[in-house]
Amino acid sequence: MKRIYVKEEWCLGCHLCEYNCAFANSGMTDMVKALRGKTIYPRIQVETDENGITYAVSCRHCTDPVCVKSCIAGALSVQNGVIEIDHSKCVGCLTCVLVCPYGAVIEDGSGVAQKCELCMKNSCGTPACVKGCPNGAIVYEERQTVSAPD
Amino acid sequence: MKRYVIIGNGVAAAGCIEGIRAVDADGSITVISAEQYPVYCRPLISYYLEQKTDLQRMHYRGESFYAEHHADVLYGRSAVEIHADAKEIVLDNGDVYPYDELCCCTGSAPFVPPMQGLDTVENKFSFMTIDDTLALEKAVTPESRVLIIGAGLIGLKCAEGLHGRVKNITVCDLAPRVLSSILDDKCAAMMQKHLEANGISFLLGTSAKEFQGNKAVMQNGAAVDFDVLVLAVGVRANTAIIKAAGGAVERGVLVDDACRTSLEAVYAAGDCTQYHDISSDTIKVMALMPNAYMQGHTAGVNMAGGTALFDNAIPMNSIGFFGLHCHTAGSQPEGCEMYEESDETHIKRLFVKDGRLTGFMLIGKTHRTGIYTALIRNQTPLSTVNFERLKIEPQLAAMGSAYRGKVLKGAV
Ligand SMILES: Cc1cc2nc3c(=O)[nH]c(=O)nc-3n(C[C@H](O)[C@H](O)[C@H](O)COP(=O)(O)OP(=O)(O)OC[C@H]3O[C@@H](n4cnc5c(N)ncnc54)[C@H](O)[C@@H]3O)c2cc1C
Ligand code: SF4
Ligand code: SF4
Repeated sequence: MKRIYVKEEWCLGCHLCEYNCAFANSGMTDMVKALRGKTIYPRIQVETDENGITYAVSCRHCTDPVCVKSCIAGALSVQNGVIEIDHSKCVGCLTCVLVCPYGAVIEDGSGVAQKCELCMKNSCGTPACVKGCPNGAIVYEERQTVSAPD
Repeated sequence: MKRYVIIGNGVAAAGCIEGIRAVDADGSITVISAEQYPVYCRPLISYYLEQKTDLQRMHYRGESFYAEHHADVLYGRSAVEIHADAKEIVLDNGDVYPYDELCCCTGSAPFVPPMQGLDTVENKFSFMTIDDTLALEKAVTPESRVLIIGAGLIGLKCAEGLHGRVKNITVCDLAPRVLSSILDDKCAAMMQKHLEANGISFLLGTSAKEFQGNKAVMQNGAAVDFDVLVLAVGVRANTAIIKAAGGAVERGVLVDDACRTSLEAVYAAGDCTQYHDISSDTIKVMALMPNAYMQGHTAGVNMAGGTALFDNAIPMNSIGFFGLHCHTAGSQPEGCEMYEESDETHIKRLFVKDGRLTGFMLIGKTHRTGIYTALIRNQTPLSTVNFERLKIEPQLAAMGSAYRGKVLKGAV
């Protein structure tokens, strides 16, 4: 299945993906109204390593998702390979934050958990972070497991 | 065609059903459920009292879960005996069910220590099941004074659930601090302060010695008048059925990483078991929902002839009260070093031994803590990561570029 992957050599560290994510999931049509003066809780987060290299981290849509196995409310599930969260069931216990090995579940500021759902549930069609990245540093495609030392 | 039988219908059983069906689409699955409900999220009973969820949304799986997995559930029935040699179980109505593979998912039950005069208390409740919760809800009014015995996870979650629906809540515990099984003194003091600021009263280091109707006399001589009593002292693994069948049992049913008991073709999963905690290298009861699911799933796969191991279990808890969250995982082995950071609003304590992270306690700031949890679970040598950066903030950036490449450039 298609997932989001990053090309760190292309990442500018501009954080636009974070804003595009927050906007795409705001349910609003005007980006300025949606974001101005607000603290955003994007489902993708740009990191910087000790050599100044930047890249964006979002849910890996794991083949064996420990978040789904751990949710105390049965709110996380696998839908055709996509790890989705049912906000009507989530009680905000943050167990998923405690178990996701990649730090990909984010508290939304009001005590509820949220995560990347590949823009399947909003009106974007394709992931907003991918579409909006000015340098093509985030891609949405099929890939196999990469073997690398742990 | 194999015949699978599962005793109990909690989350461990749900994991077992899903594990079996991941391997075997055909075998028959029979679930013996003492409770009258399809599998529900036990930890949500306090959220039910808070009105943050309802009975419908508390279902762990969708309406067609059992049908889709071709599992038959016998509601309101208990298994009373296992005949391991004959490979059959006997139910409370005398019915006998043969099995090829059996999984014991009997969970745990509230432990009530003998207390003088307890029988004189009319309104007393445990806080483990939907039925307990509905009965408790019926008994409380805005005028109720509630006394909760036990300041552990269950007692305090009950307090949070009842808050706003009753006049006042007092929680007592023999331990000198709240959440004594997961927090140390300093972290517990921070949580207690927050709970008190939200109107919960505590009597710690003492417990009820005697009850006289609606009055509790504490060991330290104090007396507490109450209308409703909740007993949340602790839980005990339901092991009797395995023990009677000759299986190895200590405080829980002993299981290996494949979730096998000592009895042929008998597996066990969830709160009824005792198993390996890799963070402290000890065998113990870890009555936790994520672990219950993972054990159940592991058992199911193995019962159906597949291969699965749950060999990285650790204790871990995400628990919050009135908006303040606390994340703990792993353990603090003797001789470990501690890194600490704290201010008025948060505490972070990381425990390191032999070059590995063995545990942590965090209150207030819980952003991306799963990265720490993974360090414990994977027993990652800290020499291979930038631990100084990790101390400041959990981040993949400090995990080395090889790990990052694997995680961000390919499927995981
Ligand atoms: C208030 C509360 C809050 C909690 N919060 C958390 C939390 O935040 N995080 C967390 O990780 N864990 C939490 N837990 C613990 C969590 O609920 C358990 O770890 C989990 O439910 C264990 O699942 P299980 O399937 O092993 O057992 P259970 O859920 O106990 O299910 C076992 C079932 O088997 C039935 N049964 C027993 N014996 C028989 C028999 N002989 N025949 C037929 N049926 C039988 C029982 O009636 C029961 O329905 C909480 C628990 C409570 C009570
Ligand atoms: S939230 Fe974390 S554990 Fe869950 S699928 Fe995404 S990356 Fe995997
Ligand atoms: S925060 Fe929500 S999605 Fe995450 S484990 Fe808790 S109930 Fe499940």
